Amino acid sequence: MRLFVSEGAPGCLPVLAAAGRARGRAELLISTVGPEDCVVPFLTRPKVPVLQLDSGNYLFSTSAICRYFFLLSGWEQDDLTNQWLEWEATELQPALSAALYYLVVQGKKGEDVLGSVRRALTYIDHSLSRQNCPFLAGETESLADIVLWGALYPLLQDPAYLPEELSALHSWFQTLSTQEPCQRAAETVLKQQGVLALRPYLQKQPQPSSPEGRAVTNEPEEEELATLSEEEIAMAVTAWENGLESLPPLRPQQNPVLPVTGERNVLITSALPYVNNVPHLGNIIGCVLSADVFARYSRLRQWNTLYLCGTDEYGTATETKAMEEGLTPQEICDKYHIIHADIYRWFNISFDTFGRTTTPQQTKITQDIFQRLLTRGFVLQDTVEQLRCERCARFLADRFVEGVCPFCGYEEARGDQCDKCGKLINAVELKKPQCKVCRSCPVVQSTHHLFLDLPKLEKRLEEWLGRTLPGSDWTPNARFITRSWLRDGLKPRCITRDLKWGTPVPLEGFEDKVFYVWFDATIGYLSITANYTDQWERWWKNPEQVDLYQFMAKDNVPFHGIVFPCSALGAEDNYTLVSHLIATEYLNYEDGKFSKSRGVGVFGDMAQDTGIPADIWRFYLLYIRPEGQDSAFSWTDLLLKNNSELLNNLGNFINRAGMFVSKFFGGYVPEMVLTPDDQRLLAHVTLELQRYHQLLEKVRIRDALRSILTISRHGNQYIQVNEPWKRIKGSEADRQRAGTVTGLAVNIAALLSVMLQPYMPTVSATIQAQLQLPPPACSILLTNFLCTLPAGHQIGTVSPLFQKLENDQIESLRQRFGGGQLEETFDLKAKTSPKPAVIETVTTAGPQQIQALMDEVTKQGNIVRELKAQKADKNQVAAEVAKLLDLKKQLAVAEGKPPEAPKGKKKK
Amino acid sequence: MAAAAELSLLEKSLGLSKGNKYSAQGERQIPVLQTNNGPSLTGLTTIAAHLVKQANKEYLLGSTAEEKAIYRVTQIDGHSSKNDIHTLLKDLNSYLEDKVSLTGYNFTLADILLYYGLHRFIVDLTVQEKEKYLNVSRWFCHIQHYPGIRQHLSSVVFIKNRLYTNSH
Repeated sequence: MRLFVSEGAPGCLPVLAAAGRARGRAELLISTVGPEDCVVPFLTRPKVPVLQLDSGNYLFSTSAICRYFFLLSGWEQDDLTNQWLEWEATELQPALSAALYYLVVQGKKGEDVLGSVRRALTYIDHSLSRQNCPFLAGETESLADIVLWGALYPLLQDPAYLPEELSALHSWFQTLSTQEPCQRAAETVLKQQGVLALRPYLQKQPQPSSPEGRAVTNEPEEEELATLSEEEIAMAVTAWENGLESLPPLRPQQNPVLPVTGERNVLITSALPYVNNVPHLGNIIGCVLSADVFARYSRLRQWNTLYLCGTDEYGTATETKAMEEGLTPQEICDKYHIIHADIYRWFNISFDTFGRTTTPQQTKITQDIFQRLLTRGFVLQDTVEQLRCERCARFLADRFVEGVCPFCGYEEARGDQCDKCGKLINAVELKKPQCKVCRSCPVVQSTHHLFLDLPKLEKRLEEWLGRTLPGSDWTPNARFITRSWLRDGLKPRCITRDLKWGTPVPLEGFEDKVFYVWFDATIGYLSITANYTDQWERWWKNPEQVDLYQFMAKDNVPFHGIVFPCSALGAEDNYTLVSHLIATEYLNYEDGKFSKSRGVGVFGDMAQDTGIPADIWRFYLLYIRPEGQDSAFSWTDLLLKNNSELLNNLGNFINRAGMFVSKFFGGYVPEMVLTPDDQRLLAHVTLELQRYHQLLEKVRIRDALRSILTISRHGNQYIQVNEPWKRIKGSEADRQRAGTVTGLAVNIAALLSVMLQPYMPTVSATIQAQLQLPPPACSILLTNFLCTLPAGHQIGTVSPLFQKLENDQIESLRQRFGGGQLEETFDLKAKTSPKPAVIETVTTAGPQQIQALMDEVTKQGNIVRELKAQKADKNQVAAEVAKLLDLKKQLAVAEGKPPEAPKGKKKK
Repeated sequence: MAAAAELSLLEKSLGLSKGNKYSAQGERQIPVLQTNNGPSLTGLTTIAAHLVKQANKEYLLGSTAEEKAIYRVTQIDGHSSKNDIHTLLKDLNSYLEDKVSLTGYNFTLADILLYYGLHRFIVDLTVQEKEKYLNVSRWFCHIQHYPGIRQHLSSVVFIKNRLYTNSH
């Protein structure tokens, strides 16, 4: 083995001193390297000492190396030594490296240096004197002594830093220092220069954080109240006093919404959901809900806003689905479009228009863009080897072929991807291919396809991105994905497919082909606008006046950031391109993924049946919005957030503020005489309001929601401290104070109702109705906190806003929607029936099945009782109980009852 | 996660029935265990090693001198600040390049403790980061499926197919 040490590296001291232990038991080479040399290939920062073992592995921690040497000498580890070593690493080292840094690098002296280690030194001294032993772990020198001595030597060898009063430490240190291996180690490392020998090494180390510094926690930090300047307070008070008068007139609503010169025109799109999938919560938060919050916010700012979305209806999936259900593709789209529209209506999504892609406008605009690309030479033709079914007389699109996966041998692999191993497949490589329609064997033939010449457009794209990205609000993941595509160079992309259900290709020889969805789906935004207004080009060919925000999950970034911009740039028709591309990460469900086929997760249409209001869903989804990182939907967390944040924080504050006005002041907002404390509160609320604006302008939707909750927390505290319910019974001055507190609180509630509008529109409207907030104040949000409910204003009837969610309610929902521990049960079901949605089993279970299950439950119940009576092995009982619970669950499902929550604690 | 919580998890995974009581010391809440026969023990890994011996599962401390030495290398990890965590993950990732577990091929206490210590950080990683620290993810996923280790901690989802590779 080989030991790497470096002059002036403090860690080498104990290592060299301990190395003596290993002598004679293993061959040890000692090499001296520079402090900057990277010995261990996988460490970012250079680190010495390092011990390279004969196996090739590295030990790179000082105490691990010392421990290794001692272990070689036959020593057995014990708790006390372990404890000292741990203390050395976690307590002594941080303090000591700070002290050495101050001393050697910053040239400090005396107490400045000693201050940080004094506590640690005293601790050693006390331990030594208490156990009355010369060494740390007893009568003889041990690993702990060597490691601690080595660490302390550079500092303590200067008598100035070895306090006289710590006599036990003093003698311990002297004893060790005079030993021969220690002396030699000290000489090698410090070269008789004393502590200054460490200087070159320490200079390169990052400055140690002060050991007294706050411990790092993962908990959200309590909001610290910012310090406010007098000016800020004065400004907040002025704005407050101006009140309703400072509100601008309300923008008249126009229909259709069109861009207005000289105003901020915001065009918002949400990724078009694919028509034949019912969206799950992840889809909803990923695009439509996020875009909705921003659209509502944008309207509150009085920006001229158009928010559009629609269903993406063309493509293979629709065609196959139509075949399965025996309908025409158009009928399938009509059916599912309504389902989508209903779901979004229930979630209160404020589309200005919700359209679809199967319209004549879509054909017209897509073909126009295509023709422009064609005449400008951005479309290539190429021959492709493809499977053709002779019986159906057509080329087969990937999804129309099934066969054996060439990678894993799975028998039902699709032509584009294998469901089992997940690998992407080239359809011609499938073994034993079959036409999905007629089950005959297709043959390979060559056919023509059209390609978009992306490499030719790459330069324009880069120029455009160079102009657009800096200073825009593209999310980091969108920037990253776009950049990585560009870095690898763009390749020509095929834009045609052998299908009937799609936009026809207007070119001779391509009559039986249509455009591939990813070429024309993004054009859907344009055609949906065109169906909304014949002046659609004022939005879409107006890049100077229109700010385009596009919302999507990150898998959609390439189409919106690369492909569509390329098509639009190549078509040279002054299209409006995306200014802000807002992509979310993924939302998981409990511990896994949403899965329609396994019936795991909550899907849009089921959310309505849970009895939980849409606004609660909106709140929770936005609270966990996968912004910057993946997040997970959890039922328990939903319950917690509803009960703590909504019920106890927000709801409690708004309700109390309103109730005080009704109960103590007859429903009229009382006179407010602001004290300096109240003024400071005004300024704090204003500050938080401004933060909310800053965040939402950057589309940081989740973070802005926290600002609302923070203001409400300030409000609760304010009420709690000032106790208006007591003061109202006191003297005249006390009663006036109660009035001021109540008035200010109810005004904060009014402000919150407006800030909440993008997130929880129904709750917001309820609060505004309860407070009788004047109409302009309901629909405009300024950057200052105004007094919108002046003294004498009469409020309406106040009632609670939120309901408590109960554990058993949530538990039964969790069971109903699968996830977590139930996943495996669903897995099994998935194998026995092709469509295992829980609801379906309810309707299919016949009376015989129910009877059979009941019998089994009774039988299993007896087994459990017997085992318990015999006082059998715990594990055995638990296993049988689990079986019983499972049977009961199945029975409950079969009977169509919500399964009982398992009693007692969850066992796993 | 507080150290005491990590220790309780460890206790359960070791199959120790009697729940020890831990007190905490100082601002950083260093756990202290009062043993039945002897002085109290202070510090996370010290107590952890003690518990392993108590459960007669010494093999978890490693069988060779090399393994015994390594299991301790990880002790500081649980205390790392958020800023350092990425350097740490990067290093750990290259470290695990050719190893199944921290000590090489055998599952030891080091794996358990590092798993508990890193859990709160790994939970917060993005899909992209998990893919960046591929070896750490592989190791972490492996440990969390080791019987009795994960307990109530959330199972972290790792996506098997790569999303950020540059092929398209």
